[in-house]
Amino acid sequence: MYRILQKEKLAPGIWLMKVMAPFVARRAMPGQFIILRVKEGGERIPLTIANYDRQEGWVTIIFQEVGLTTRLLAKLNEGDSILDFVGPLGRASELDGLKRVLCIGGGVGVAPLYPQIKYLWEKGTSVDVIVGARSKEYLILEKEIRDICNNLYITTDDGSYGRKGFVSDVLKELLDQKNEYDKVIAIGPLIMMKVVSEITRKYGVPTVVSMNPIMVDGTGMCGGCRVTVGGEVRYACVDGPDFDGHLVDFDEAMRRQRMYREEEEHICKLMEKLMEKEGL
Amino acid sequence: MAVNLNRVPMREQDPEVRRRNFDEVALGYTLEEAVQEAKRCLQCKKPMCVEGCPVNVRIPQFIAAVVESNVEEAFRIIRQTNNLPAICGRVCPQETQCEQRCVLGRRGQPVAIGRLERFVADYCMEKGIEDEVEIKPNGKKVAIVGAGPAGLTAAADLAKLGYDVTIFEAFHEPGGVLIYGIPEFRLPKSLVKREIEGLKKLGVKILTNVIVGKSITIDELLEEGYKAVFIGSGAGLPKFMGIPGENLNGVYSANEFLTRINLMKAYDFPNSHTPIKRGKKVAVVGGGNVAMDAARSALRLGADEVHIVYRRSEAEMPARLEEIHHAKEEGIIFDVLTNPIEVLGEDGWVKGLKCIRMKLGQPDESGRRRPVPIEGSEFVMDVDTVIMAIGTSPNPLIASTTPGLAVQKWGGIIVDEETCATSKDRVYAGGDAVTGAATVILAMGAGKKAAKAIHERLSREE
Ligand SMILES: Cc1cc2nc3c(=O)[nH]c(=O)nc-3n(C[C@H](O)[C@H](O)[C@H](O)COP(=O)(O)OP(=O)(O)OC[C@H]3O[C@@H](n4cnc5c(N)ncnc54)[C@H](O)[C@@H]3O)c2cc1C
Ligand SMILES: Cc1cc2nc3c(=O)[nH]c(=O)nc-3n(C[C@H](O)[C@H](O)[C@H](O)COP(=O)(O)OP(=O)(O)OC[C@H]3O[C@@H](n4cnc5c(N)ncnc54)[C@H](O)[C@@H]3O)c2cc1C
Ligand code: SF4
Ligand code: SF4
Ligand code: FES
Repeated sequence: MYRILQKEKLAPGIWLMKVMAPFVARRAMPGQFIILRVKEGGERIPLTIANYDRQEGWVTIIFQEVGLTTRLLAKLNEGDSILDFVGPLGRASELDGLKRVLCIGGGVGVAPLYPQIKYLWEKGTSVDVIVGARSKEYLILEKEIRDICNNLYITTDDGSYGRKGFVSDVLKELLDQKNEYDKVIAIGPLIMMKVVSEITRKYGVPTVVSMNPIMVDGTGMCGGCRVTVGGEVRYACVDGPDFDGHLVDFDEAMRRQRMYREEEEHICKLMEKLMEKEGL
Repeated sequence: MAVNLNRVPMREQDPEVRRRNFDEVALGYTLEEAVQEAKRCLQCKKPMCVEGCPVNVRIPQFIAAVVESNVEEAFRIIRQTNNLPAICGRVCPQETQCEQRCVLGRRGQPVAIGRLERFVADYCMEKGIEDEVEIKPNGKKVAIVGAGPAGLTAAADLAKLGYDVTIFEAFHEPGGVLIYGIPEFRLPKSLVKREIEGLKKLGVKILTNVIVGKSITIDELLEEGYKAVFIGSGAGLPKFMGIPGENLNGVYSANEFLTRINLMKAYDFPNSHTPIKRGKKVAVVGGGNVAMDAARSALRLGADEVHIVYRRSEAEMPARLEEIHHAKEEGIIFDVLTNPIEVLGEDGWVKGLKCIRMKLGQPDESGRRRPVPIEGSEFVMDVDTVIMAIGTSPNPLIASTTPGLAVQKWGGIIVDEETCATSKDRVYAGGDAVTGAATVILAMGAGKKAAKAIHERLSREE
């Protein structure tokens, strides 16, 4: 059992949890993730490690309520425990030896981006950040990120804060203004990462995206997380989650992410009943 | 007295009923049936059957005890060499091991050794009979990587010798393939869980959710005071064919399909939260136990039609005979000498499987006749789900994070056959991680061998 040391609401339906998990914390690196199971009978779902403390043995996760499992998780409180919590999984992001980097986060994708920005900043890399959110209230980690980057650009879909529009609009401008970046790191919805990659391809800027396919084990034994990169099949859980955005087959990835849509909708309809059964 | 050439049949669930449930297919012997079957054994002076068993169970001795209705004694005899008889009795490929060598097999059916073994184990489990062991703790810590049959066996033997044993398991549940791979209808999970409870009673600690190579490395384990490490991490990486269309929605590896069903209980969706696609027309590619399990599971999820697609002929199928037989009884369709060449899709979902007919040509390196395609014989199988069960290989995770650990090109850990010692001091390995996908009993045999070697090694360094 993995105790929740702290729980905090960052935005409507977006939560931060600090979880005691010494085996994860001891080797965690930016870019890696965990897989958890809230309770008996629950699904295994992957979430990125947003922060960690090796000495104290905890890691934090930031997640958005989208379906049954993330909602069940959000019902837990400080002092409660998560049944299973395994990691760190995946490869650490390659963040060394860079001079200037542009980080782009969309929605809850800002959370997995945070430890990378922090790592880069601590290494003395110059970092620009573009953050996109649906509206002002969905914006997360603004203050935390502002403290550790050179420039922060914020966009909201409805214009309620920062610039009205998408992260891709700012990206284009920055590149048009002849800003030189060694690398663009983009994390967010697949469609956002696809658009970002299409733009940076034109400008010839190396781009890394973080893939989030459906996973089961996270160790390479099911093959469910396969993505096509440069015509080759790769397993996101062990070869990734970071891949070259210019080589990823996003259309296939989007299709594969919808594999269980019917089941997800079905279980969503039953949500109230299932929650009741779980005593929540 | 003339020997009955036929074995006592075992009661089974009716195929028409069982093809729609996940309950165990074979129902086991009663004491009377077991005694009757045991009486068929000739008590050979030079029992060939024992040589056929990878762990040399003292077969005639335990069978003699069954004849006397002394099941407890039989259990004690089996457990001297086999920690998991209830499991082996159910899943060993007896027809190529103990039973293949039984002299009765020359004229009729061999003694049903597996069934008797299963009977003895089940009987004693039900009666709550356990073997008594006196453990003298020696304070030395040993780490086991992986809670499959190899790791569980090594752990049990070492615990009995007094070692302080901790198993590190990647999944949230111990058991390895016994839990995530082999389905309930062949190996009830309650049985595996009881074996694991028995292990805990011996003082073995099991830490789930720890991936060695990720959460902690082998070198770190050694630094933390473990005097030896046994790697029993299995051969969990699925192979795909590399044909077009394999990433369409509706194409599964058998590993994923079976893990969703067995470990995650997706058959009980939505009470269990993990989903699975319930195909109506399913093709399973492969001819081993894994293929049979996937096919029969798909049927139980409600498929109208399930095909086994295998490129060689039925005679070459590596699956246990009993499973092939059961699969056919349940209505699985066998398309042998057939090889897939493309998965066809529509809107991103599987629509069909394009195959080509094969014929058997010259024998290949394995001695089996090599299948060659018959030109122009392509055809399309109308299916909505394709499950690839064409083999697995060891996970490179441990090898890649353990400097000094020598592995084969294909990933198998290199060991000394007698001791299971790897190229790295104090590190031992066995089971599928060494041999590639093999059998439960071989994995257990390796676990035993390694436990013995570890004990010898650690006893020397008082
Ligand atoms: C490597 C990785 C890192 C991730 N990091 C974060 C994070 O830091 N914060 C965050 O909010 N989300 C993250 N996600 C996404 C998160 O795993 C899903 O939101 C979660 O699984 C949804 O589960 P659900 O039951 O609540 O919703 P569901 O109703 O089951 O599904 C909603 C959506 O989540 C996807 N999904 C469902 N099950 C899985 C699964 N087992 N594995 C992957 N995706 C699934 C579905 O395709 C669907 O698009 C990450 C995903 C991956 C693969
Ligand atoms: C579907 C199926 C059906 C089968 N049917 C039969 C049958 O009828 N008869 C038969 O004899 N054999 C059968 N087999 C084969 C048999 O199950 C295997 O040969 C046997 O389980 C191998 O045992 P093992 O202990 O070496 O590995 P496994 O059983 O694979 O166990 C390895 C364990 O190690 C864990 N692990 C892996 N990597 C790590 C890590 N880095 N850190 C921590 N833990 C790790 C895994 O999660 C797993 O629990 C079947 C296999 C499958 C898949
Ligand atoms: S362990 Fe397997 S091979 Fe040995 S006697 Fe029992 S069933 Fe036969
Ligand atoms: S070979 Fe057959 S008949 Fe002889 S001892 Fe073994 S089981 Fe009995
Ligand atoms: S999640 Fe199973 S192989 Fe990646």
